[in-house]
Amino acid sequence: MGLATATPADPAPADTVRGRALRQALLLPLVGAAWWLAYARLAAAASWLTSAALGLSPRDPLGSAVEFFLYEAPKVLMLLTLVVFGVGIVRSFFTPERTRRVLAGRREGIGSVLAALLGVVTPFCSCSAVPLFIGFVTTGVPLGVTFSFLVSAPMVNEIALALLFGLFGWKVAALYAGTGLAIAVVSGLVIGRLHLESWVEPWVYRVKAGVGEPTEEALTWPGRVAAGREAVRDIVGRVWPYVLGGIAVGAGIHGYVPQDFMASFMGREAWWSVPLAVLIGIPLYSNAAGIIPIVQALLGKGAALGTVLAFMMSVIALSLPEMVILRKVLTVRLIAVFVAVVGTGILVVGYLFNFVL
Amino acid sequence: MEIKVLGPGCANCKRLYAETEKAVAQVGQPATITKVEAIEAIMAYGILRTPGLVIDEKVVASGRIPGASEIATMITTALAKA
Repeated sequence: MGLATATPADPAPADTVRGRALRQALLLPLVGAAWWLAYARLAAAASWLTSAALGLSPRDPLGSAVEFFLYEAPKVLMLLTLVVFGVGIVRSFFTPERTRRVLAGRREGIGSVLAALLGVVTPFCSCSAVPLFIGFVTTGVPLGVTFSFLVSAPMVNEIALALLFGLFGWKVAALYAGTGLAIAVVSGLVIGRLHLESWVEPWVYRVKAGVGEPTEEALTWPGRVAAGREAVRDIVGRVWPYVLGGIAVGAGIHGYVPQDFMASFMGREAWWSVPLAVLIGIPLYSNAAGIIPIVQALLGKGAALGTVLAFMMSVIALSLPEMVILRKVLTVRLIAVFVAVVGTGILVVGYLFNFVL
Repeated sequence: MEIKVLGPGCANCKRLYAETEKAVAQVGQPATITKVEAIEAIMAYGILRTPGLVIDEKVVASGRIPGASEIATMITTALAKA
């Protein structure tokens, strides 16, 4: 039982870096174990709460919806917290400045692949889309490569992957990541080949963008853990209402929509379901957190996986608000090409999944 | 001392501006705080992520919102170097 009273042998004051690192090395495994224990009990707890505590039968629509919500809501939030924390730490190793240095002057083929991969791990928020775009294209990153980054960064993000993994298993998450990256790479290559530099707003290339010196000091491990915690505070703190809202809608669909209802118009037989899903996704804006629980409920009611994935990708990657932001630096023609290329990629993925699975 | 907050007007830049005001009040030294919203002016500082914080023409933070006490430390460091 010495663990509870263990203190670092080094009598250094409590907030040296070493002291903090040691405390974290002890605390984090404990927190992790507690998380795991709670997570494993969630299904049982939800079902007990619904039937024993609330007296609802899971065979009724209401009971079914409530049990769905009580299970999925804490499960998704816990998973989200874990993944955002982990990715927050990974991202402390990457910055857009470093990414830009890696990508500047690369040839298009390898550049697009690198850009798509880096888009996953580089911190990115859509308010930064404009400075990032200008900063990239004016310092030697080819236009196509920049687009690969711009497609993969919002679409293949840790929130989407965490939720897909938690709700559907690693195979679906891996498929989403793989096809998302493929779409990013191909879109970048196609746009690069079309040589549309003249369709960027002309003033962009005239901007005298300074190349700022890197402002980050080397991070220590406690600094990285702090980055992880900050990410959780920031992202989960912002996103949890959407998650709960999405799960509530999902619970409603789960409890009240008849089985196989979705199959009639989102099922594989309806060939037009995939393009329709992509079109519906464009004006919708949601971060992955809100949409995926809805997606899960739709799937449970017979919607085809390809259609549903296409819908999800369209909502996240072809977001109207982000396009409005990018209108500052891209002409409408270029935005149209961007939507067409990425939209086609999503269509292909949707059909492929419906066909193969 | 001249402090600039770079950002096109999203919620994060407004938060950074508020934290900067608090920091200047904490430090107690006279300083002008300007909000720079024009994209070309922002790009001239070479940042890739908004919001950005500039003290006496030097970029001290970009893409995050340091708290008022951290900004106050940056201000005193800059004053010491001047």
